Amino acid sequence: MAVGFDKGFQMHAQGMVLRTQRAEVIASNIANADTPGYKAQGMDFKEALAQASRQQQATIYKSNEKHFDIRTGSEDFLKYRVPDQPDTGDGNTVDVQMERNLYLENSLEYQASVQFLNGKIKAYKKVISGGQ
Amino acid sequence: MSLFNVFNISGSGMSAQSTRLNTTASNIANADSVSSSAGETYRARHPVFAAAMQEAAAGQQSATGVKVLGIVESDKPLNVEYSPSHPMADKDGYIYKPNVNVIEEMTNMISASRSYQTNVQLAESAKNMLNKTLTLGQR
Repeated sequence: MAVGFDKGFQMHAQGMVLRTQRAEVIASNIANADTPGYKAQGMDFKEALAQASRQQQATIYKSNEKHFDIRTGSEDFLKYRVPDQPDTGDGNTVDVQMERNLYLENSLEYQASVQFLNGKIKAYKKVISGGQ
Repeated sequence: MSLFNVFNISGSGMSAQSTRLNTTASNIANADSVSSSAGETYRARHPVFAAAMQEAAAGQQSATGVKVLGIVESDKPLNVEYSPSHPMADKDGYIYKPNVNVIEEMTNMISASRSYQTNVQLAESAKNMLNKTLTLGQR
């Protein structure tokens, strides 16, 4: 098929899944903004996306249940943030202002993906209906 | 869908912050409660927050909510006042006032209510993201 649906959607689909995960990570940072000793985490988006595409490409056929799964341990793209302010004394490294901005940015990027997908779907619909 | 987890996480944050607001309200309300012995006197209460790690480890999730481990009473010294004419005074003429620092409690209240608002906004924007996704390709 010349126009591959999954080829058109693929990058956005993976990106959206990762963005929801990222939203989750940032939400837990903000929820724990007052927890003593909590260390803020962040997602290495480039690494995460690369890992997701690698997994997508490398789906192997298993003819025996003893065959190894090639999936590597996921979530090693989650890293601890380096605080840019000194410790206030309770060991917490969450910067709420920064996290809020990151969350906003993340949700805008997610909505951008949704919009792009909407456009694609519209285009496909036009193709299917023969432009009518 | 992991976006639904944002609701759980921000919900845990909201309930933790409202516990904090509750203790603050109780502290301020009792700031002037007087008693005639050190044992009966109200002491400032504060919640202890902790990341909900156990549940996260069980569900293999990277994101963690927050939970209130418990409420501890402050062990700061009580305010003992010499006031023999007070009806609650003990036999030596002392009354015992709580160790609540009202200024500290007010700042605590502002911080708690701001944190609560931040969590509400998180849930709100997660809701918007989900709404956008639900209407994907409908127009």
